[in-house]
Amino acid sequence: MSFFPYVVAVWLFVIGLYGIVTSRNFVHLVICLAVLQSSTYVLLLSIGYRVGGTAPVFAGVRVGTPAVDPVVQALMLTDIVVEATVVALLLALALQLQKHTNTLDPDKLKALEG
Amino acid sequence: MKRSPRIVFFLLSVAGFAGVYLWGLTGLPAVGHYRGPYGDVLNQVATYERHVTDVVTAVNFDYRGFDTLGEEFILFMSVVGGTVLLRRQREEDKSEHRDQNLSDKSPERQAPEPSDATRVLTLALVGPLVVFGLYIVAHGQLTPGGGFQGGVVLATAPLLVYLAGDLKKFKQITSHTLVEIGEALGAFGYLAIGLAGLILGGAYLRNVAALGTTGTITSGGTIALIDLATGLEVAAGFVLLLYAFLEQTLEIRLRGGK
Repeated sequence: MSFFPYVVAVWLFVIGLYGIVTSRNFVHLVICLAVLQSSTYVLLLSIGYRVGGTAPVFAGVRVGTPAVDPVVQALMLTDIVVEATVVALLLALALQLQKHTNTLDPDKLKALEG
Repeated sequence: MKRSPRIVFFLLSVAGFAGVYLWGLTGLPAVGHYRGPYGDVLNQVATYERHVTDVVTAVNFDYRGFDTLGEEFILFMSVVGGTVLLRRQREEDKSEHRDQNLSDKSPERQAPEPSDATRVLTLALVGPLVVFGLYIVAHGQLTPGGGFQGGVVLATAPLLVYLAGDLKKFKQITSHTLVEIGEALGAFGYLAIGLAGLILGGAYLRNVAALGTTGTITSGGTIALIDLATGLEVAAGFVLLLYAFLEQTLEIRLRGGK
């Protein structure tokens, strides 16, 4: 059981990748990329987790209470911001693609057109 | 490559990848048995050193504040990139629909009017959302939250106005110039606070402001200030992105889905 979150991280990565490879729509592809990236959240949080630990927020907490690792949580925040920016840029590209080629299907794009 | 061989090739390689990935993870300590020293050290010293109670925000805006500066500029550049990608093209500029009539006139293409329930609910939510966003930004050093999270909450308020009305309303409540200035000021504010640390404390982003009393809204020194700057930058950046997206969507709809 103590290994299970790592398996979830791997599963999310693989299923996100599967979605990207088989995607027939660029918006769907971008969301699959977001799923893929969420595997890194699970991985980071499970590395920093401690059984019985509280959140690293020490308002009204007794001194000496064990807490989980704040560093990986801060890293995860960075991760989320990067994901948001990547998704925004890719969706902007998808929108331009729809405007110029009238399709969002990666398979329907001719070479050098996309 | 054809579709089915591509998938077969993918499945084979991804099975290998997943195996190697899992194998690599077995070297990590079991979940729940965290043993790295950094988190424990920070949990012990952050409240005493920086007078904050949320250690995650202290890590983000102080202990690894320089990394977060980079992160903020990733966001800044992405907003710039997004608005450049979604800018009005030359032929769109000349077309008859300029800013003054952003609403779609043709009846067959018109989006359905929002229902009364949507309008009432979204407009009623705008006020509480703004207050909540400001609260999240201002209490970043005390409770979970901070500039990034609060900024996104703040940026959803104009989006609700768009849902209740149309793009014209969105434009009316968010002055484009002011939002752009806000975004630049937020990004510059972070830089400037870092420079103040360099000048007054001898190191970039050193926490030179008064640390205040732990548990109050003014505690944390520069952490609270950077929180505000980031909140401004994130909120303004997301409003700009939202506006660029909504405008382009309308542009496509006006051209009859082309």
